Parts: sequence; C-alpha cells; structure tokens
Amino acid sequence: MHGTGSWAFVVRAATVAALLVLAVRVHAADVGAPAPAFTLPDAHGASVSLDALRGRVVYVDFWASWCAPCRRSFPWMNELQRRYGDQGFAVVAINVDRRREDAQRFLQQVPAAFTVLYDSAGVAPAAWGVKGMPSSYLVDARGTVVAVEQGFRDDRKAALEDRIRALVAVR
Amino acid sequence: MRSSPSAEPVASGALAPRVRRRSPSPVLVLSLVLSLGGCAGFAPPQPWEKDRLATPEMQFDADKLDAKNTQHVYTSKEAAAGGYGVGGGGCGCN
Repeated sequence: MHGTGSWAFVVRAATVAALLVLAVRVHAADVGAPAPAFTLPDAHGASVSLDALRGRVVYVDFWASWCAPCRRSFPWMNELQRRYGDQGFAVVAINVDRRREDAQRFLQQVPAAFTVLYDSAGVAPAAWGVKGMPSSYLVDARGTVVAVEQGFRDDRKAALEDRIRALVAVR
Repeated sequence: MRSSPSAEPVASGALAPRVRRRSPSPVLVLSLVLSLGGCAGFAPPQPWEKDRLATPEMQFDADKLDAKNTQHVYTSKEAAAGGYGVGGGGCGCN
C-alpha cells in the first residue's frame, strides 16, 4: 500500500540520519590515535599541513579571540616555541574565529611567535573532536596524539613541558 | 451530574458509517512530532562556535558582584550550583 511505503521511507530516512550523526562523532583525536590531517592557510595565505610537520613534535592548539583562557596561553606557547623550536618542536595554533579581523585584533594585543593557521569554517576542530576552548593536542614525531588538554590551566604547564622535553629527546 | 433527558445519544457509528477517515499523511505526522521538540531539534553550537554566546551581553547576569552574591545564596542555602551559560569566556572546561 502507498501509506505503508511512505512510513517505511520515513523510518529509513530517520535511521540514515541517526547513523550519519554517529559517524561524524566517531573520528576524534584521542590519545594513541593518529592525528587527523589538516591543511590550512596562514596569515599570508600559504597552506600549512600537519603532514609537512611529520618528524617534529607538534603542539596543536585550537583558539579563538573570544576565549579568555586562550589569551593567557599565548605567552606560554611563545615560551615553548622559543625553548624547543630548534629541537624539532613546533606550536601550531589554529584560529576558529568566524571573522579574520577578530583574530588579527587579538594577535595585536597578544603576539604569537609561532605558526598561526586560520579555519573559520571549523573543519579542523570538528575533525579533532574539540570539546572546549581552548583545546590542545600534543602530537609526536610519528603523527600520533600523545596528550589531549582541554582548557588552559597553569598547574598543567610543568607536566606538559616535561612531556614535550621527553618527546623531542627521543624524536 | 444532571443529564438532560431531551438529549439524544449522538449517533457515532450510525449516522456516518460510510465516511472513512483518511489516515493522516506521514509527512504531516512527522513534522508535528518533530515540532514537539521545539528548538531541541537544532544541533547545539559546537565549542568553537560559541563566539557570540561568550560576549558579555549574552550572559544571564549583568552585574558580576550581584551574580556572585546570588550564587553564594544559592550554594549555601539551597545547595544549588551551575547552569549559568558559558562560563569563563566560552571555555567548555569548567
């Protein structure tokens, strides 16, 4: 009957929609998992991909101009880049602001001495499964996520830096 | 309580036995069911999309000191806490 057919269609459509939602949630950057790839533009429009940084220890940070803890994290990330940048370490901060001007205003107030990439569409944070702002991921030289940080807390700085120091040593 | 004696029983089956009710269209039923959820049907903003939610005018409390006092009363007298929008500038970590 016609009526039964439409109901079957509705049920099937609902099932497909539910599965799609689940599928989107499966991929995330968890500890031990390979870091999801990204290729994003920097301030000059040049593309930077995570694959190109393979062989280096990378601290991937997701930030936004409206995120208060991000403001406090930048001086520390500058310090990390300064200390370990020449030992095969890189900070890559991915901005998720919708408007580039907001990010630029932030960077004028809080300068960044590391790689800043722009992802206004939010593709990378979705792929990495970012659950809060800021979120940071420590990726080892083989491209595996070894630490996930949500938020920026002063009492985590020492442990994270120890981790980075250990990773660049065995790189 | 009082039933009027003049009222005849309404002929439910006898008067209109041949008018077969059409079953409502699945699309109509589905849209009605979905509308029950209201705004819950929309996907919530992702953590990286909370830029406007993090602005001061989007907070429940206009006055910080007043809010602190209110929260103190809630916490100490009613053992209640939390549920106050996007704390700490949109950071989903507290």
